[in-house]
Amino acid sequence: MTTETEITLTPVSLDEIKHLISERAIQGETVLLNMGPQHPSTHGVLRLLLELDGEEVVNCIPDVGFLHTGIEKNMEAKTYEKAAVMTDRLDYLNNLGNNLAYCMAIEKLADLDVPPRAQAIRVILTELQRISSHLVWLGTHALDMAAMSVFLYCFREREIILDIFEMCSGQRMMTTFFRPGGLWRDVPADFEAAVRKFIKLFPERVNEYERLLTKNPLFLRRTKGIGVLKPETALQYGVTGPMLRASGIAHDLRKAQPYSGYDQYDFDIPTFTDGDTYARYLVRVEEMRQSLRIVEQALNKLPLGPVRSNNRKYVPPPRSEIGVSMEALIHHFKLWTEGFTPPKGSVYVGVESPRGELGVYLESDGGPKPYRVHWRTPSFTNMQILPIIAKGHLVADLVVLIGTVDIVLGDVDR
Amino acid sequence: MNEHLQSIVQAFQERFGASTYEFRGEISLILRPEHIVAACQSLRDEHHFELLVEETAVDYWPEQTPRFHLVYRLRSLKHNLILGLRVPLDGNSPTAPSITSVYANANWFERELWDLFGIHFDGHPDLRRILMPYDWVGHPLRKDYPLGYEEVQFSFNFDEINVRKPYAQE
Repeated sequence: MTTETEITLTPVSLDEIKHLISERAIQGETVLLNMGPQHPSTHGVLRLLLELDGEEVVNCIPDVGFLHTGIEKNMEAKTYEKAAVMTDRLDYLNNLGNNLAYCMAIEKLADLDVPPRAQAIRVILTELQRISSHLVWLGTHALDMAAMSVFLYCFREREIILDIFEMCSGQRMMTTFFRPGGLWRDVPADFEAAVRKFIKLFPERVNEYERLLTKNPLFLRRTKGIGVLKPETALQYGVTGPMLRASGIAHDLRKAQPYSGYDQYDFDIPTFTDGDTYARYLVRVEEMRQSLRIVEQALNKLPLGPVRSNNRKYVPPPRSEIGVSMEALIHHFKLWTEGFTPPKGSVYVGVESPRGELGVYLESDGGPKPYRVHWRTPSFTNMQILPIIAKGHLVADLVVLIGTVDIVLGDVDR
Repeated sequence: MNEHLQSIVQAFQERFGASTYEFRGEISLILRPEHIVAACQSLRDEHHFELLVEETAVDYWPEQTPRFHLVYRLRSLKHNLILGLRVPLDGNSPTAPSITSVYANANWFERELWDLFGIHFDGHPDLRRILMPYDWVGHPLRKDYPLGYEEVQFSFNFDEINVRKPYAQE
């Protein structure tokens, strides 16, 4: 097959990255080595260009963008409701959290109310999502240190959570369950029993993981004092989430600027001061317990009532209304063809994702499509800290450090 | 609005001649490009805005003056406040001063803006493309950059479209 246009690739010259590596690399005293993009411990498609002195990392240059899918550009070409489907694909371990941030941005833009029952279910599901995300992190992090069994246990429990999501939305991962103004639909009757079963079973399982790792001498030697992050460096690099809390700064958006009714629930922010890989492990394990506390409280006082706003300019009417009301039919038709049109303006909403502050900047020009959507993703910002904390460590520790930053490449590359 | 934030906003209006934009309880200062570094420095050191939450841009094409708005968002953990900054930029290939000397994580945000919007940052230590391939032509998030699509082939025009389809070469 021949085509008329000829594709030429310009090779990357060393000059482009000369300022990032040391003089010794140019002299040939240190070695430049590619790690990734296809490497099992990079948790996706991440390429790291390493400058090595023996086994010691002198410089580490992350190269991201292999998973760039242009979600921000694509969202500009779709109506608000259609674009919601793409939010799941950003951080594929925190799908409901992404839905939440996006829906909250639209609700703020349009000044849309959310019924209390929908708020409570949103909290339950995002906290379950946080547990499942931390389980994936814990499993793969331990696997990077060759602890195979933890991985299997973690994925066993994660499967229970994904079954709950499937029960609610019909999907295990790409749920799009939260919609502007509430939820897609109410949770099924057996939802409460399923969550209660998980609440009963999970605390003992967390203890089980801790028995395997927390005092395990091999685990301690691989994590204690590795990748120490000082609080002032963390702030300078805009690090948020468990990484910031492991460095001794108790900042959590759920406490600082409560949304979705988080102020009604009683929970702690686990904080440690060491700032090393071990402290970050302890923070995340403790966060799973705290999330479970929130889920239990929210489930205990789950209010009854509608799960979607009654504002018909933004929320489509239920099927039962369409047959009897002319207005409902008009709204239904308008919302599913043209879509809704929020007022002109721009808003920013930040939520606490399992990795840190997940923010949505949404700008509307008064039309049915978002004028600009920017995702402030926690992995993208936290990733910049990797070259700083990796400096001076061994290549084997770098694998652990990639794990401890807890990056999701879909979140980095968007 | 919070009183503390109000006093900061007033101080900045006097010092830099900034105007404000307020919507849904969020406030943004509109600054001139030459003031952005000094403003960030002052906000970090004097007003405890420790975190740069995001730095992004909006393209108002076909508008030319200003064509772009840079959008910054700063968070203060001490006072639990959030403040937006907006910097209008004129023309098709604008230049803005880099704030990497104040907030280190602006590094990748500004690389992303260069990559996707074509906004050049003066004084940036490492201004390369970050998300798109290094030899990519154009800046995809600009409004005059087409989204791209695949033509649907029907039986009557299958061969016609097939000829110009970019298949991989042997």
